Amino acid sequence: MPAHALFREEDIRFDVDVDPLIAALREVLPEEGLIVHEEGRRAYECDGLSAYKQLPLLVAVPETIEQVQQVLKLCHEAGVPVVTRGSGTSLSGGSLPHPQGLLLAMGKFNRIREIDAEKRIAKVEPGVRNLAITEAASAYGLYYAPDPSSQIACSIGGNVGENAGGVHCLKYGLTVHNVLAVEMITIEGERTTIGSEALDTPGYDLLALLHGSEGMLGVIVEVTVKLLPHPLTKQVLMASFADVESGGHAVASIIARGIIPGGLEMMDGAAIQAAEDFVQAGYDTDAAAILICELDGSEAEVADQMQAVKECMTDHGATRIQVAADDEEKARFWAGRKAAFPAVGRISPDYYCMDGTIPRKQLAYVLRRISELSEAQGLETVNVFHAGDGNLHPLILFDGNQPGQLDAAETLGSQILQLCVEVGGTVTGEHGVGVEKINEMCVQFASAEIEQFHAVKNAFDPAGLLNPGKAIPTLNRCAEFGRLHVHNGELPHPELERL
Amino acid sequence: MAAADQSEALAAQVRAAAESGTALHIIGGNTKAFYGNPTEGEPLETLGHRGIVNYEPTELVLTARAGTPLGEIEAALAEQGQALAFEPPSFGEHSSIGGVIAAGLSGPSRPYAGSARDMVLGLRLLNGKGEIMRFGGEVMKNVAGYDVSRLNVGALGTLGVILEVSLKVLPAPAVSATMKFDMPVAECHRQSESWLRAGRPLSALLHDGKALYARFSGTHSAIADATEQLSGEVIEQPAADALWASVRNHTHTFFKDRSMPVWRASLPPGSDLEQILPGDERLVEWSGQQLWLKSEAPAAQLRAEAAAAGGSITRFYGDNPETEGVFQPLDAIQTRLHRSLKQAFDPKGIFNPGRLYPGL
Repeated sequence: MPAHALFREEDIRFDVDVDPLIAALREVLPEEGLIVHEEGRRAYECDGLSAYKQLPLLVAVPETIEQVQQVLKLCHEAGVPVVTRGSGTSLSGGSLPHPQGLLLAMGKFNRIREIDAEKRIAKVEPGVRNLAITEAASAYGLYYAPDPSSQIACSIGGNVGENAGGVHCLKYGLTVHNVLAVEMITIEGERTTIGSEALDTPGYDLLALLHGSEGMLGVIVEVTVKLLPHPLTKQVLMASFADVESGGHAVASIIARGIIPGGLEMMDGAAIQAAEDFVQAGYDTDAAAILICELDGSEAEVADQMQAVKECMTDHGATRIQVAADDEEKARFWAGRKAAFPAVGRISPDYYCMDGTIPRKQLAYVLRRISELSEAQGLETVNVFHAGDGNLHPLILFDGNQPGQLDAAETLGSQILQLCVEVGGTVTGEHGVGVEKINEMCVQFASAEIEQFHAVKNAFDPAGLLNPGKAIPTLNRCAEFGRLHVHNGELPHPELERL
Repeated sequence: MAAADQSEALAAQVRAAAESGTALHIIGGNTKAFYGNPTEGEPLETLGHRGIVNYEPTELVLTARAGTPLGEIEAALAEQGQALAFEPPSFGEHSSIGGVIAAGLSGPSRPYAGSARDMVLGLRLLNGKGEIMRFGGEVMKNVAGYDVSRLNVGALGTLGVILEVSLKVLPAPAVSATMKFDMPVAECHRQSESWLRAGRPLSALLHDGKALYARFSGTHSAIADATEQLSGEVIEQPAADALWASVRNHTHTFFKDRSMPVWRASLPPGSDLEQILPGDERLVEWSGQQLWLKSEAPAAQLRAEAAAAGGSITRFYGDNPETEGVFQPLDAIQTRLHRSLKQAFDPKGIFNPGRLYPGL
């Protein structure tokens, strides 16, 4: 179990009378749609952040939008917390169940309702897997751009909830840039359409607000996404560097030349070695860092850009440059990067994946500090980096069976996130806050900001029933966490007693 | 005017107004006073709160105070070969970045390069209690906390005073070419799709009722290839630049005569641009997804037709009859959510009351 308590007293303040709730839910759900027995509920006790486990009070598996509405209406009337879950791949515990709450499993919402190739949109149910959209669209020469590394499993509803990213974000944007509309059910059980097939909709940008709101504002039952035409051509280049700093300078110079690559990834020496041992992608294991750069577009455009990128790499001391000759080689160059997490899983009994974003110019400093902090905790860290957009994934290696190592990994993780904030970045680029980084939110935000977040939540869900205890810390939690946001040398949350 | 940080003075004015319950009318460059519903209140002027706070070309981010003139920002970007990819319209030389973001309007490149809200990475906001808060940041990916930054784009200042904004900036295209095609307006969508699927770097599309104009922006080889392969007539660069600037900034002939109300319809791709919505004169942008329409038809009729087509319509220019707002009304649920959000940010209701919708 994790070192810090998952839920605080104020997060588990609910008083739920379970028997009448079960009776009422049986009325609105199909026979298989309500899971009461412990062994059935056990299957939902954790998501992708498996160190955190919590048995839900009940699990509902609705099959229709009307059933979702009725379930929410009942929970709202009875004051029962609701945690929505898609594929359960969250890396931050976003869909970790609530001990007094209902887990709303959206897995049956797995149909692609419509692909309109003329309008280049797809209307899909929230449980549809990210990759399934691209697979279905490819018959029309189209694809869905955001591609988180869990895309084979993660669902589009969860992608909206977390504002998922991927390796192509710098050029093609995050989930928020690729979704046109959602159907949302409020905690009261009402249904409304947010956004439209048109590019602009009147009023506040509720669509943007829902992205990354971690299931705390409403339940999404349909998503309309934008599709893009397949690029006519792609080229992949891999360059080796003798130090991380030179790789960072090469990235800056590519951007200074006016090029926004489709993908631009960096791996450090330890990550290169782990990936090479795992998939034999032909990576240069003598390099301290490699950059993988993907360019896409028309033949003419890609040819121009490839020339410029090669020059940037050479100018910044690349020790080796390889351009993939064919599709097979492109896939091989990417294979090592895509398999980086499982590769690390082979060399360490456990690993803990962090998700900070930093200004890219701070990369060399941040990596040096991570290495120092790791050493102080007696742990090793392997780094993969979405170099184009500054999103850093340090993987902390540890052995959960060794006493004290999980604690050390969590301490190191927290130190790394605070380091990201110190250099002007954020505690989470694309994995979300969930329960995992809720304490570190106190470092990034001052109390007025945290209170403003609670006010936003309150505007949608005054009783605080949707995903309680996630994403936004209470001020009491921040006071207890002790490592508070310091702004202009003033201690924040002055209204709270120091414990 | 020199760069100056006036956030504390602005916060003090907001706190005083909140205490006395005085409405505030937020004014930047005052170039978009016509836009939205009329609002009344003591002026809160942001134009003196100005200056580029941070610009890191290779990090693709620029942070500026609200009163910074759009022109100053664009000049700083141009020096480094960069630009605001969403081509915000400017309706006067004093147009400020705070107003650009509060209005949330985007120019000709919007469907191909992204919108104002797409480019917002973070902002510093003054809420209705006079608290200065920072949301988002200066990095490309950031999912810590709710996306309050993008929520404020297009909110017309009704949720707070934007003090500072951080924007994703992008390289300006190496070269652009504009071509004129003798095609009917009905072809806008189909033609644009066929170019995009052929990898043509389309960056703007206009139909003025007589001809279709397309702009392609990208690398030298890609643009040379487009002008060689496509059948349209290449427009000389100065004339082409003037054309797009006139559409972007509403100095085009279409916008000169405003004796009739001018409406802006946002429509799904592939809408029937010849038949949809009754009106006299029309100008089509965004591959057919933005329609400017001069029409005397009743608002209710236009709104019903736009909604039935899956879009919405805004009365952009023209006096607003007192009984109707300029924006398409929201459903009951979203009206309630809008009012709760207003309450969450501006509990005394002092910011630009009624400018977006009644009760906000």
